[in-house]
Formats: sequence, structure tokens, C-alpha cells
Amino acid sequence: MSDAQFVEMSAVDIAAGVRSGAFSAVEVVTAHLKQIESYDHEVKAFVTQMSDRALEAARAVDEKRARGEELGALAGVPVALKDNMAYRGVETTCSSKILRGWIPPYTATVVERLEAAGAIAIGKTNLDEFAMGSSTENSAFFPTRNPIDLNRVPGGSSGGSAASVAARFAPIAIGSDTGGSIRQPASLCGVVGVKPTYGLVSRYGLIAFASSLDQIGPFARSVEDSSLVLDVISGHDERDSTSLSGRSYDHQASDGGIEGLRVGVITEMMDGLSDSVNKALAQAIESLRSMGALVDEVSVPAAKFGLTAYYLIAPAEASSNLARFDGVRYGLRVEGKDMNETYELTRGQGFGPEVKRRIMLGTYALSAGYYDALYGKAQKVRTLIANDFDAAYSNYDVLISATSPTVAFEFNAKSDPLSMYMSDVCTIPSNLAGHPAMSVPFAGDEDGLPIGIQVLAPSFGESVMFKVASALEAAAKYRAVPQWASTEK
Amino acid sequence: MSLEDNYLITVGLEVHTELRTKTKLFCGCANEFGAEPNTNTCPVCLGLPGSLPVVNRKAVEYAMRIGTALNCEIKHSVFHRKNYFYPDMPKDYQVTQYDEPTCINGYIELPITGKVVNIVRAHIEEDTGKSTHIGTSGRITGADYSLVDYNRSGIPLVEIVSAPDMVSGEEAREYVSELRSILVATGATDGKMEEGSLRVDANVSVRKVGTDELGTRCEIKNLNSLRSLVRAITYEARRQMEIVDGGGKVTQETRHWNEDLGRTSSLRSKEEAYDYRYFPEPDLSPLDPSVEEIEAIKANLGALPPKRRAALVELVGDSPSKSEIEQIQTVINFDLDDLIFAGIEKGVPAKLSLARCANEVAGLITGLDESYLVPSEKLLEVLVKESLGELTPTQSKAVLARVVADRAIDVAALIAELGFVASSSDEMDSLVGEIIAESPSEWERYLSGEDQLAGFFVGKAMKKSGGKANGKLVSKSLNDRRSQIQG
Amino acid sequence: MSNDDISIETTRHIAYLARLALDESEVREYAGQLSAILEHAEDIASLDLDGVAPMRHTLSVVNIMRDDEVRPSLDREEVLASAPDAQASMFLVPKIVGEE
Ligand SMILES: [Zn+2]
Repeated sequence: MSDAQFVEMSAVDIAAGVRSGAFSAVEVVTAHLKQIESYDHEVKAFVTQMSDRALEAARAVDEKRARGEELGALAGVPVALKDNMAYRGVETTCSSKILRGWIPPYTATVVERLEAAGAIAIGKTNLDEFAMGSSTENSAFFPTRNPIDLNRVPGGSSGGSAASVAARFAPIAIGSDTGGSIRQPASLCGVVGVKPTYGLVSRYGLIAFASSLDQIGPFARSVEDSSLVLDVISGHDERDSTSLSGRSYDHQASDGGIEGLRVGVITEMMDGLSDSVNKALAQAIESLRSMGALVDEVSVPAAKFGLTAYYLIAPAEASSNLARFDGVRYGLRVEGKDMNETYELTRGQGFGPEVKRRIMLGTYALSAGYYDALYGKAQKVRTLIANDFDAAYSNYDVLISATSPTVAFEFNAKSDPLSMYMSDVCTIPSNLAGHPAMSVPFAGDEDGLPIGIQVLAPSFGESVMFKVASALEAAAKYRAVPQWASTEK
Repeated sequence: MSLEDNYLITVGLEVHTELRTKTKLFCGCANEFGAEPNTNTCPVCLGLPGSLPVVNRKAVEYAMRIGTALNCEIKHSVFHRKNYFYPDMPKDYQVTQYDEPTCINGYIELPITGKVVNIVRAHIEEDTGKSTHIGTSGRITGADYSLVDYNRSGIPLVEIVSAPDMVSGEEAREYVSELRSILVATGATDGKMEEGSLRVDANVSVRKVGTDELGTRCEIKNLNSLRSLVRAITYEARRQMEIVDGGGKVTQETRHWNEDLGRTSSLRSKEEAYDYRYFPEPDLSPLDPSVEEIEAIKANLGALPPKRRAALVELVGDSPSKSEIEQIQTVINFDLDDLIFAGIEKGVPAKLSLARCANEVAGLITGLDESYLVPSEKLLEVLVKESLGELTPTQSKAVLARVVADRAIDVAALIAELGFVASSSDEMDSLVGEIIAESPSEWERYLSGEDQLAGFFVGKAMKKSGGKANGKLVSKSLNDRRSQIQG
Repeated sequence: MSNDDISIETTRHIAYLARLALDESEVREYAGQLSAILEHAEDIASLDLDGVAPMRHTLSVVNIMRDDEVRPSLDREEVLASAPDAQASMFLVPKIVGEE
């Protein structure tokens, strides 16, 4: 088996091969490390590479097999981790100067579960600082480039994770999604990205952006792989009060057809799409119909207020979550004449402009005299959105929309914060309602840039969501290829 | 007329009590006093990025016990974040309860004055770490730097907020003392002020006699003992009276009590509008106890100080004196009421055991180790002997002290060793005979009804016997002789 | 919510609450951007939401609690290794002025 074959292989096939002894975990990991060495200087997906640890872990998997022990569902499968998840002994930065150099003394639950299933962490991926952004340009260290077109952004905030899967640095990656941070970069990089139901995956060890919205989920190059990863990472964790007991996702072959399924296309998310995205959505609707689904437009009226509600709630929670970066216990300290000045200098210099902007906005939204009109009202809008989704789901099994209004844009194209915020207009409502949603690559524009379709489902409706995503995947005539591997370019 | 006569003082108290759980409020680190710095810490109580809280069930149960004991309603409650920066607060917000606390609308009745103090709320929150200020003065204002220990960070607290129902430092002291004995009785806390497990902040304001509107209040922190509480309130009230009397205005602020200097001083140098930006803690679920749970807590609470006090008052009689009420309070604080009830069964008068328990035993066990078990059976043996006249009060007190000091001691052997063997009635009778013969005029007066002369004879008997005479037997002999003569 | 722009003074106060040292150009920039974002938020200001309950959480669970059982704490040296400054096994911070 050649290195080129290993890096194109799915997680399902890698795990099967390692379990059967067809090839070793060390071979798999080595091939991916070489791919990283060849191309990451262009993509810049990783903040921290974990090559030595990865090889050591791969050897451990192989030895385990040699001893005749049972191997897990992700045996020998390389996984890239967004650098906002704690990993004991490995620098964890959130792509922020304020946290640079921090070595966590503990590991996130999700990472523990992946490793227990035999997955091999190969590196920590770049993100918009503290997951605030939609292009990964807000990383304090460097921007990540979209492997499909290196002149464009990979989306964000989990841009490094999405890019690492698209660039074949790993078959799977883990991201976090607060307002679209998994789905939007998945769409822009031409990979599958899943935001599970809030409470399905433990957040313990995920460095919080907005606690009531954050959810961890997988990236993969196939729906099946993403489903397998969700199976591994989901389930109750006693260390996270918001992780639901008795709820986990069971991966099953998504061979069930979609005949007779009722699919609603969200009216409010059809405005403002670029022509190519609009066309892709129309094709997706046609494909689903041709496979026997009943597709109609449905209105989720309050969804149009999602962006506003989100840009009050998320910064409000963030302003509190990010208070702890104060130069006392870990991370950067810029010493001032006293404690107060030390706080101000540390945070003033440690945080980048977008993070400061959101902390300011959130502090304002919670401050005396504005709470009711801003934060309080946004929480009520959240109720409206959930109610409107409930009404839609009384008539439809799933809803669909475009994931992102546009394909991947060029660097520095959106310098105005508001225009950048608009990138998340289709993804935000699911976070506000706590529902699952995923992006599946479906088409390419005239330049070959990927376009994803978003499939939304009610809480714990992952099974039907994956079924529809698989149908779209099967119907798709497009496959995203890294720029260096593309014959047209 | 003094300044104090022209002003009314209003006091409301916020009492923080640490709960006696095994672990902290939101993590499994040990809740213990006096451990090596930063040894009881984990990602959660250090506020490390990515950590999440999970509520300790026992802490919630204790909070509900406290609320029930304070006659509160137990409600559906929600945790909030209170946002402000301080180095000993690792997340730079405190998880507490805000508009939906676990316990609301309770009251307690003060034992001595009988006054009812309303409890506005009792809510659950996490404690902060501890900063030590290092510098020439040892005080925060003169410090060069500070050292922070997070062992205390995240220890469960219940904050009990009273209505501004108290009118003096003394009343505040009575409130805290009663509150403390109730809290200890619930088993939720050890109530040790000296270890900081009970901490009091006082809100004090003054207003001119004849006016209704409350004056501007100041909050006094760092009240580590009942003595500090009284002194600080008295000082602060006087300070405010002087300001108002001089035509000035009291500034609403937080003030620090300095025990050594005996005065309060302003804590905040910077004029900052306190804007804590409370919002519901998204990492935690609401608490919603069922009716059954609340009933079960009520049922398992056992007898609390007010009920136990009422039972003792009934024993003593209809209208106990102030000193008896104080004795009852002491007896309850020291958990000695069972001893008094046991005494009744054996014929020891309630007033006798009340006096001995409050005035002797309580004092003797003060300061002993927490694990000290009161030797109730032996103490009772002593009280029975005293009530039968086999020991004089002086002897009884001496024996009690020895029994408390050595729980294993044999009471009968001790009495013998001390030579407190009671003189017999016959011996006493002949002694009385001798004294009557020596003092005929006093005897005449006694016979004619001057009962107070009994004391004269008892005194003489004591002198003649070298202190070993039993006053009761002497009185009995005198009385018997008079009855015989007067037929 | 108001149409008024957020003043420089308000921006400075918010920056102080959030403990962010901002230079003058940042203060002006954030004042303008916050105003723009909040102007955008006008769309929900006009909604009549009187009868609508705020959604504090998408989960409707209550009473998520753990048992009162001691779990191992972290190794102190590992914890202190991350500290910008430490002394006597405690975190050393600059002098604390004025505040409580
Ligand atoms: Zn802890």
C-alpha cells in the first residue's frame, strides 16, 4: 500500500485494515506525517504537530494487536484536533498570544474517547483566536490556507481542522461549532462537518467560547466516517453537567433510502446566496426529489433574527468565559504597576482585535441598564427560533439550506466585522436552538470551489440527518481535490 | 443627651457559612481546612481553560436543610455568574445564585429578647481562594505583592441574608449566636468563626429619631468574631452619626474592620460602579427539588434550638428570668439539654442542672477538642448527689471539673479521695444542737419566724465543720426542731 | 436599545469592566463598531416579546448533580509550572490596590 493510497483512505477502511493486520498503524501514521511535511508549509493547518507522540501511539496500537488485544473502532486512524481542546502535556493555545505556551495538566473528554478507540492525535490545528471568526484569519499566529485554492480562506473558526482533512493530513478531525465553526469551513473546504445536538458530546476540556452554544463535532471526507467518529465521541460525561445521560449516537451503515422522507427547504435561508450556491441548492433539491423525498419550502420566520440574537448571546457568554485569561495562573502576563494594570495590559496585549471586540460587545450587552434590552431580549428570540423550528419539524423530517452563502473567499476580503458575521447566517439558528446540523459537500462552482449543503434535524435527530446527508453525498458529482493534486490547476 | 440618643441604628447581616461536605461545590477536591497551599486543586477549582462545574448533591441538601431550619421556602433555583476580577477568584466570576435562590422568606426568633429577625434569602455559592499580602505592613494597602492559594476556591458556602431588622451591635451578636447554633444543629456546618467557616458582613446605617427613611448604609467586612461584630457596628454607627450630625453625607461603600485599631476604613480607592453583569450560568442546570425531597429534609432535621429551648423553658417554669434564658441558650449551644432532661428523670431539679450545666460544665468544655464527648452519665451522678444533699454546691462544682477533665474517673472514688464524704444527719443534728446552745437569742428569733436566720446557723455550722457541713441538712435540722417545738 | 451611538466614555467604561487596556485609536474604533453592531440589533428591538420566556438553555434538564466523593487533585508542581510567577507554592501576583 502506498503513502498516496493511505492518505486517501477513509477512517473506516484504515481501522478495518489495522484491525485485520492488512497494514500497520505506524505505516498509516507515517504516510500522513509525510503528507503534512510535504504540504503543511503551504496550508498551515497546524499550530502544533505531534509527530513523535503520534508514532509512539501508533506503535502502541500495533503492539496491542500483536498481543492479540481487541482494537477500537478508530484503530490507527490519525485525527487532527482543533487547538481549543486540552491535551495533557501538549501546548494548547486557542491560537491566541494570551495562552501561548500553556501546557494543560489534563485532557479533554473527547480526546480521551478518541484515543481509547485507537485514534491517533497527529496535531493541534489552527483556528480563529478563541474560535471567534469565520476565516481563520483571526489566528494570532498565521492564517490557514484553503487546500482547494491556496489563495482563499478555509473558513472558520475550525479552519485548520477542515483544511487538514481536505489536505489529506488526516482522514478525520475534530472541531467545535458555536455558530457554524464546523459546518462553514467544511463547506468551504469540501469536506463533511457535523455539529451534533447540544448535550450529545461532552464539552469537558473544550476551551469555552459561548457555553450554551458550543458543541464539538467531527470533520471527515465521507458521511460514514463522520458518523463513526460521532459514535465514538458522543455519550454522557459526568464531568459536563450539560452532557445528557442516556443519549449517544449509534453509527450504522446509512443504507436506508430517503423515499417518502419530508424535506423542508428553509425560505429565510434562500436569500442572499451567491449564484453558484443558489444553483447548487436547486440541484440538491432536485436530487432529493429524484430519490423519492418530498421536498417543499418551509418558513422558519424567527431564523432571520438569529444573527442578531447570536451576536448578543455569544459575546456575552464569551466576555465571562474569557475573563479567566488574566495573567495570574497560566498564560501571558504583562506586568503593570499593580494587579489591575496587570489585568489590563495582559488582556489588552494578549487578545487580538476580534476577541477584544466581542468581549467589549458582550460586556456591554450584560451591563446594567442594557441587560433586558440586549441579552434578555436575545434569549427570548432564541425561544422564538426554537418554537419556529418545532413547528417546521411537525411537518418535516429534516430541513435543508446552503451551509454558507458563498464559496471560499480570498484573504482580507471581509475586513468589516459585520460582513464577516454574515457568513454564519445559515448556520447560527441551529446553535441557538441546540439542534444538530451538518454540511455535506455537494457541488463545485465554475472554479471548482466546493459548495456544501446543510442538513438540519430536530434534537437527537442525527440518524435521519445522516441518512439525508448520505443521499446527498451519493448524488453529488463533485469531489474536492487539493490544489496540488488537481490536474486543472 | 448623647449623640446615640438622637439616632436609630439599622443593621442587616450577611452571614457566609462553609458547608461540611467532603468535597468542593463543583469538583471532587477535598474540602479541608489547613492543607498545604494549592494541594487541593484541580482544573475546575483552578478555573483552567476547558474545565466545567458539576454540582455537589450534598451541598444542595445542606443548603436545603439550612433553609428549612430558618423557616424558609425552598424554591426552584438557578445559578448565576457574578462577574468581577480578583486574583483569588480563578474564573474571574463567582458562581452564585441571584434572582432565584434556593431558600427565601424565613425568620428566626432571638432567644433573649424574643425579637423576630427576618431572613430574606439563603443561597448557595462558591468560596474564593485566599490571598496573603506580603509587604512591610502585612496589610493589603501596604503590600508589595500577594500570594494566592486556591485550596479554599470552590468550597461550598451558603450566604444567609437577613432583613435590616436589628438595631444594635448587641442584637446583631444575639442574632449571629442564635443563627450559629441553628446552623450547627443542622449538621451542615461546624460554625467555627475562628477558622473562617462562619463569616459575617454587616450593613449598617443610621437615621435621626423620628424619621422613617433608612440612611445610606455601609457594608463592613472582616468581622471574624462576635466581639468584632459588636465593636465594629458600634464604631461604624457612631462614625455615621458624627458625619450626619456635622451636616455631612454618608457615602455608600464597603469598609474594612481593623480589630487592632478598633475602627473601620474605606476599602475601595477607585470609584467604580459595581456592575457584576449577572447572567444565568450556562454550564449548570437549575435545581428543582421535589415536594417529597423537601418534606424528607424537614422530617430528618431533628429538634432545632428554638424547639429545644422551648422545652427547657417549660421545665424551668412559666416566666424564666433573664439569667435563666441565658443559661438555657448556653446549654443549647453546648448540646447539654439531654443531660437536663435525664436529670429530671432522676429527680434532679431543672434549675439546679440548668445552673450547673450553663455555669460550670459549658465553661469547662469550652476550648476542648471537637471530638470530646461529654461524660453525661458521670456528670449526672454528681448532680444527683448534690440534689440529695450528699455534696455541697462547692463540692459538686469541684467534682464536675475533675470529671470533665478526666472522663474515665470513678465518681465515688473521687469523692472519697477529696474527702467530700457527707456528714450524716445525726452528726449534723448534734452540731446544730451545739450551735443553738451557743446562740440562744438567734434561736429565739428564728423560732419567732425570722427565717433568714437559718443562714446564720448554716454559716456557723460551716465554720465549725471546716466547710464540710451540708447546708441542706442544717436547714432541715433547724426546721425539724422548730416544727417539733411548735407542734 | 437606543439609536444613540456608544460614546467614547461608555467605551472606556466597558473596557475597564472587561480589564482591557485600549489605546485611543482602539477606543474610537470599538465605539464605532459597537454602535454599528448594535444598530444592526435594532431588528429585534422592535419585536414584541412580552409573553415569551427567555431561553436560558436549550436543554430542559434539572438537578444534574454528582455525589460527594473525593477525587484526586492535580499534582501541585504541574499546576504551578504554568504560573507566570510563584513563590512558596503559591501564585504570586502584583500588589492588589484598593479593591476588596
Ligand atoms: Zn478542584
